[in-house]
Amino acid sequence: MFGKLTLEAIPYHEPIIMGAMGFIVLGGLALVAAITYFRKWGYLWHEWLTSVDHKRLGVMYIIVAMVMLLRGFSDAIMMRTQQAIATGGAEGYLPPHHYDQIFTAHGVIMIFFMAMPFMIGLMNIVVPLQIGARDVAFPFLNSLSFWLFFAGVVLVNLSLGVGEFAKTGWLAYPPLSGIKFSPGVGVDYYIWSLQISGIGTLLTGVNFFITILKMRAPGMSLMKMPIFTWTALITNILIMAAFPILTATLGLLTLDRYLGMHFFTNDLGGNMMMYVNLIWAWGHPEVYILVLPAFGIFSEVTATFSSKRLFGYTSMVYATAAIGFLSFIVWLHHFFTMGAGGNVNAFFGIATMVISIPTGVKIFNWLFTMYQGRVRFTTPILWTLGFLVTFTIGGMTGVLLAVPGADFVLHNSLFLIAHFHNVIIGGVVFGYIAGFVYWFPKAFGFTLNERIGKYSFWCWLVGFYLAFMPLYVLGFMGMTRRLNHYDNPEWQAYLIVAAIGAVVIAFGIFFQLLQIVVSIRQRDKNRDVTGDPWGGRTLEWSTSSPPPFYNFAHTPVIKERDAFWDMKENKDAYSKPKGFQKIHMPKNTAAGLIISAFSLVMGFALIWHIWWLAIVGLAGGLVAVLARMFNEDIDYYVPAEEVERIESEHLKNMANQA
Amino acid sequence: MSTEALNQHDAHASGHEHEHHDASDAKVLGFWVYLMTDCILFATVFATFAVLANSYAGGPTGADIFELPFVLVETMILLVSSFTFGMASIASHKGDSAPVLRWLAITALLGLSFIIMEIYEFHHLIVEGYGPDRSAFLSAFFTLVGTHGLHVTCGLIWLVVMMVQIKKNGLNTANNTRMMNLSLFWHFLDIIWIFVFTVVYLLGTL
Amino acid sequence: MRKSSYPDFFKKLALLAGTAALLSGCDSAILDPKGPIGVEQRNLIVIAVLLMLIVVIPAIVMTVLFAWKYRASNKDATYSPNWSHSNKIEAVVWGIPCVIILVLATITWKTSHSLDPFKALEGYDEEPLTIEVVALDWKWLFIYPEQQIATVNEVAFPANVPIEFQVTSDTVMNSFFIPHLGSQIYAMAGMQTEVNLLASEPGDYPGISAQYSGSGFSGMKFNARALDSREQFQAWVNQVQQSPKQLNQSAYDKLAKPSEDAPVEYYSTVIPNLFTSIIHKYMGGAMQAGSGHEGMQHHGAEE
Repeated sequence: MFGKLTLEAIPYHEPIIMGAMGFIVLGGLALVAAITYFRKWGYLWHEWLTSVDHKRLGVMYIIVAMVMLLRGFSDAIMMRTQQAIATGGAEGYLPPHHYDQIFTAHGVIMIFFMAMPFMIGLMNIVVPLQIGARDVAFPFLNSLSFWLFFAGVVLVNLSLGVGEFAKTGWLAYPPLSGIKFSPGVGVDYYIWSLQISGIGTLLTGVNFFITILKMRAPGMSLMKMPIFTWTALITNILIMAAFPILTATLGLLTLDRYLGMHFFTNDLGGNMMMYVNLIWAWGHPEVYILVLPAFGIFSEVTATFSSKRLFGYTSMVYATAAIGFLSFIVWLHHFFTMGAGGNVNAFFGIATMVISIPTGVKIFNWLFTMYQGRVRFTTPILWTLGFLVTFTIGGMTGVLLAVPGADFVLHNSLFLIAHFHNVIIGGVVFGYIAGFVYWFPKAFGFTLNERIGKYSFWCWLVGFYLAFMPLYVLGFMGMTRRLNHYDNPEWQAYLIVAAIGAVVIAFGIFFQLLQIVVSIRQRDKNRDVTGDPWGGRTLEWSTSSPPPFYNFAHTPVIKERDAFWDMKENKDAYSKPKGFQKIHMPKNTAAGLIISAFSLVMGFALIWHIWWLAIVGLAGGLVAVLARMFNEDIDYYVPAEEVERIESEHLKNMANQA
Repeated sequence: MSTEALNQHDAHASGHEHEHHDASDAKVLGFWVYLMTDCILFATVFATFAVLANSYAGGPTGADIFELPFVLVETMILLVSSFTFGMASIASHKGDSAPVLRWLAITALLGLSFIIMEIYEFHHLIVEGYGPDRSAFLSAFFTLVGTHGLHVTCGLIWLVVMMVQIKKNGLNTANNTRMMNLSLFWHFLDIIWIFVFTVVYLLGTL
Repeated sequence: MRKSSYPDFFKKLALLAGTAALLSGCDSAILDPKGPIGVEQRNLIVIAVLLMLIVVIPAIVMTVLFAWKYRASNKDATYSPNWSHSNKIEAVVWGIPCVIILVLATITWKTSHSLDPFKALEGYDEEPLTIEVVALDWKWLFIYPEQQIATVNEVAFPANVPIEFQVTSDTVMNSFFIPHLGSQIYAMAGMQTEVNLLASEPGDYPGISAQYSGSGFSGMKFNARALDSREQFQAWVNQVQQSPKQLNQSAYDKLAKPSEDAPVEYYSTVIPNLFTSIIHKYMGGAMQAGSGHEGMQHHGAEE
């Protein structure tokens, strides 16, 4: 009746897991109680859960990403503590079967359920506004993408309390992830959470690609697009090209595990090297999917807070495109040690280093954007400066790892761990937080507290160096990754420093949360009335903060690259339009949520081999899709008077402010 | 977001056909782009098949198990279904739904025959002991052909939905856009099958 | 010694950096290697880093400098809000990294071949010693085909004699790695990979699996003993041959079962061609590519 699922699946005997579960359950109950108490269910359902508004979906993506950051970071600090104490015969407090799940979950959560949604959330909030569009090309699809992603999040977190997660490392290399060596449900949780959320990501890729191609305001040629939109465009192309490979690869692994096939098994002709190739053919572009939008954010932030045009716009665009292209021909550098031979290794090594050229150009372009500018040291610019220094170092160690001869001794060592955290924290995380602080007032109508934001930055920066510089040294000392315990006593001092670094980062995260709480309380003091708190350059700053749900009463007409800056220079940024027209908008719908709920049921049932329930999930999802296909009542018009009322109010507020 | 919703008729009565035209353009382009991602998925499975094409593990080879004439019939059926869909598309441009429905029904029947033949082939192989768990080659074969078959099945469901939609609402803008997308999908599956037939069956038996 | 492919200048710099690492008092396996492969890799790392610092240091200095000089409160600094293009700067920022990568690419091309783990060490009079390595859950089995002995979690060989490790796995993927000596190589079931190493100083060096392989992974360690001379090695072989244990099929089947923190074991005899049969049992008589080396090159072309 319930497949492999029994009460045994709940790890009662694990105090840490039960504690975490208790915390999540209590937190969830408190949230439900609060929503009920304040009678917000209706509001939540109508205004958020069923919303197809790109701004609201963006906010929901980022909220989930931040919650998952806490989860992923708890994993990180547990690993750091374990390695700081588990030496000289001490086994630490995490036995391998638990520790191995933690490092797998850490990687999976941070990449798929923290970084990806954070990036997609920012893209959702910003891209349509930057190109002067009223929404994305397919608003319903956008909502479906979010809820599919959310179903993945639910599955990954369910694995904490019901069953187990994969003990394979975040890329689940077979044969270890095959049914013979991982008979439990951990890998199945891994597969289905990634598969369901991955389909959401793929749909997002198509959606934003079409949005950027087809929905730009008149006059905005490709070479007049804001640079963040450019990076988003390339990122979505990468998503469309890379995620089908992930879907197929995980699908093949699924067939191995569920139907006894032999794609990646040791016996009967299976070939695990093929998995390693395929997963990295997705995995390497994935890194650039994450970092390119961060590059876009740094470009926007640097230009805005230097009150100056971005230096070398054309170079930036070509550099971004070049990086996007090159990211597909370097995957083999993740396994030089497989023994591919000199020619193959050299080719992929050199292709990898070539990426450092456009990346280096970008760094210098940001520097020359500051040059002869007026740099205002706000929090976003601090994150940018921190990035410039940190990422340069990370880039250098990356090129070093791209030299096969050097990689033969550094592969899989803590040097590698230090390297990719150096670029992912220093590049991706710093970038997203900079973007978060930068666009927060646009999304919510008030700026974030600067002082606490700066505390957060310094904690993150110092914490990062404390946590990861020792790992570089440990790599040189021959320490490999994923060790549960070790006997070399010389390593311990470094690992203790690294653990301290993690604690400092914990303070950084604490200050981020505190910053949000304090800023909400002080929102009246920091209200952004004009919609342009930073002296912005691009279109998103031309509308009110938060923007009306239709974004722009009139579709703006673009003449220059920095469109809004140009409007301000020509004094026609805030002119009151002659009249208003009705606006065509999509209706909210619960279809995305319902389809995803069924896919969640199906995923859970497949993980536990509850076949009847899987069929229920599949059939339910199919019916929901059909119902949506037959629903003709999906859009409406906002009357011109309503638009006029909203716009006049904004103009009046601005006049009062002045 | 408390704006009163206007009803559908008002929306279409006003002069915003231009907007709708843009929207259906975006839909067709969007769907086409989606098909390209599907193409990458197939490319991945094809690459896998190519790698494992000789991994028989002591099991049968392609030449041992493929019955080329049978598959040739399958292929012809699918090709003809592409033609009949083309007839449906042409009819839809004339705006008369009756012939469209007729051609779609024929297309669906042909698609169904294709799927039934494929199921028969799979069943036959599994009964013989040549199931997908026999060798890596057979895993890759069943997966590649099966992935295509799964797509055709989805296409069949969509065909039925399409017919109901046309029956219900006639050939309006929305349905014309859907016809366009479905025709892209159906012809796309045909092209994929040509590759499957060549790479798997022809090269496999040579 | 192997012929170095770098100018003397770089060699001295590399030595300097190596010494610095030593002076800092830690046993840095990678920066203080005990064999020619490791030394060449250490030099390669140092040279690559120095080359990249040519760009990295100015970038970091400019970050701090520009941010400080053009801070908003410094009204003396020039402000040109519309200046956004300069062919000269563009030429420099594209040009210099290109030149550096060109140099680095040349070095990479050479060293990818000279340091290819499959390549036999050149310039040594001594006949290389072949040792077969099998990764098991979670221990290392070493087979000496010439001596007809086998050991678990301990491998011994004479210093200054080239060693040809032939590597496979009878379980999931692992990576065979002796950090002090240099290059690691993956151990994969049904495939044979190879790594050629040499210890230039006698000593005991830790050996590990550098690829996570499951719950016993942390304990999957071995001791690599580089012995003083051929004679000492022979003495060690004799000692192993005294062992009452024999690696017959049933002993091997027992050994292949998962076990954690396995102790060192000596086997005085071993089934002939055990290594080959471990590889062959996964190939089902059908895998075309005989070795991982060739197999991989096929894959590279197919993706």
